[in-house]
Amino acid sequence: MNKKYEAVIGLEVHAQLLTNTKIFCGCSTKFGNPPNSNVCPVCLGHPGVLPVLNKKVVEFSVLMGIAVNCRINEKSILARKNYFYPDLPKGYQISQYEKPICEHGYIFVDKSDGSQKKIRIKRIHMEEDAGKLIHDQGYDTFVDANRCGTPLIEIVTEPDINTPEEAYLYLNKIKQIVTYLGICDGNMEEGSLRCDANVSVRLKGEEKLGTKTEVKNMNSFRFVEKALEYEIERQIDILDSGGKIVQQTLLWNSDLNKIIPMRSKEEAHDYRYFPDPDLVPVVVDENWKSEIAKSLPELPDKRRTRFIQQYILPEYDAGVLTSSKQLADYYEDVIKETKNYKAASNWIMVDVLKIVNEEKIDIKDFRIPPQNLGKLINLIDNGIISGKIAKEIFLEMLRTGSDPEKIVKEKNLIQITDVDFINSTIDDVLNNNKSQVEEYLSGKEKVMGFLVGQIMKATKGKASPQMVNEILRSKLSSIKN
Amino acid sequence: MAVSREDVENIAKLAKLKFTEDELKNLTRDMNKILTYMDKLNELDTDNVEPLSNPISNENVLREDKLEESIPTEEALKNAPDRTDVFFRVPKVISKE
Repeated sequence: MNKKYEAVIGLEVHAQLLTNTKIFCGCSTKFGNPPNSNVCPVCLGHPGVLPVLNKKVVEFSVLMGIAVNCRINEKSILARKNYFYPDLPKGYQISQYEKPICEHGYIFVDKSDGSQKKIRIKRIHMEEDAGKLIHDQGYDTFVDANRCGTPLIEIVTEPDINTPEEAYLYLNKIKQIVTYLGICDGNMEEGSLRCDANVSVRLKGEEKLGTKTEVKNMNSFRFVEKALEYEIERQIDILDSGGKIVQQTLLWNSDLNKIIPMRSKEEAHDYRYFPDPDLVPVVVDENWKSEIAKSLPELPDKRRTRFIQQYILPEYDAGVLTSSKQLADYYEDVIKETKNYKAASNWIMVDVLKIVNEEKIDIKDFRIPPQNLGKLINLIDNGIISGKIAKEIFLEMLRTGSDPEKIVKEKNLIQITDVDFINSTIDDVLNNNKSQVEEYLSGKEKVMGFLVGQIMKATKGKASPQMVNEILRSKLSSIKN
Repeated sequence: MAVSREDVENIAKLAKLKFTEDELKNLTRDMNKILTYMDKLNELDTDNVEPLSNPISNENVLREDKLEESIPTEEALKNAPDRTDVFFRVPKVISKE
């Protein structure tokens, strides 16, 4: 980025709440049902119907507010945002305007240079989602109203974000928090977490904000970073060559890797918000608030710190393990079985996450139960199997879901620690590989590895590697002398 | 006058309504009358009165997050001016690139 300028970014994140029913009616919020099957007169906006607010939506919104240090407004009001678009059958969206449920919060993000940045949250409000429009059907547009009335919270930041990296970190943190709270599944690709950005640039030191543009359609975490980089560069290029920024809405096109202006019917946005006369005020008093606060789980930052202190894990490990609630839960279930905290962390970060990422599955669908992974680690620590055999058992557990102790018994994989047996195996190998022994004695120490390999092969990998190394070394040095 | 003819035209456009010359004239006059009355109300001192968002004094009218049956797709589409087998059909809203 050009050093003369700085970017000023504010983010609006929409999070779809994990309720069973819609925000104002009892229709299902389930994704993927046939078009226009989760609908009723309320969410279709028929005349004369009365919306009734879903209590869970209030509770989830307040929970989020508490988690990001917001003030919870005791009284909040639902408002109509008026505009005509076919994804919105009523001609208005029920949202919140003057009195949102939460205001004035903040979170911290950890930047790659080790510094922390505070990003203030201006407000969180409750609102209903719109339906889905299908555009590429020849001349007409098709409307599916299943998503109409799906509950959302919109989380709006102050313009505190200055780089695409900060925007990415902020989003990640929001995703982490909503998934820890269990109020949203956090899936950007599927649209349950959506992000729009207001972007402007100004000369460094300038206090006045530049003209802003709104960037939409950034439907993955990486796209957000890329789209913002692109837009900041674009604005700087215009300003640098003496041009002016036009206030407009832009769409990120991930196929073309560029931003294009949104082309819709031109109409100045004039939403004429007013309190919805169909809905009475929502009052969250201290009692209700503290009731909701009781269901607040341990949040990611706290859990990470606890992992570092309680399990003596490196910061990196603790960060990876607490990146999602399920992964952290999995880890804590493993260490119910074994006290080798660091080994458990290594197995999860390397072997478990490799499979999870390769198969693009959720840790909750991972086929090895945490207790079994704990048992596997114990088998190594108790000298019953070698680390190498453990990797094989791990794969077997993955295939069969079987208990590691059972696998060890059934496949006779117990580590060989019988000194006499190991001694005689080594003698055989040394006799059969005389030339390699000569090479070793003449100074080619690398041959040691070859010999160890032969011995392990002869014992089908079951000999204790420590013992093999020790005995082999002493035998070789006695031949040498 | 507080409300100009342009204001009325703009409001009509936002509400997707069309009016004749006479209607526009009458609407402008009526809206001004209403606002003049509002000015009268504004003479009252309401500094210590909380704004009223709803004339009903109820609070927290809420429902539990319990599933209720939706209506059949066929019924949902019954009143649509235009439809396919499962979708509402409307004129194209964005132009193609």
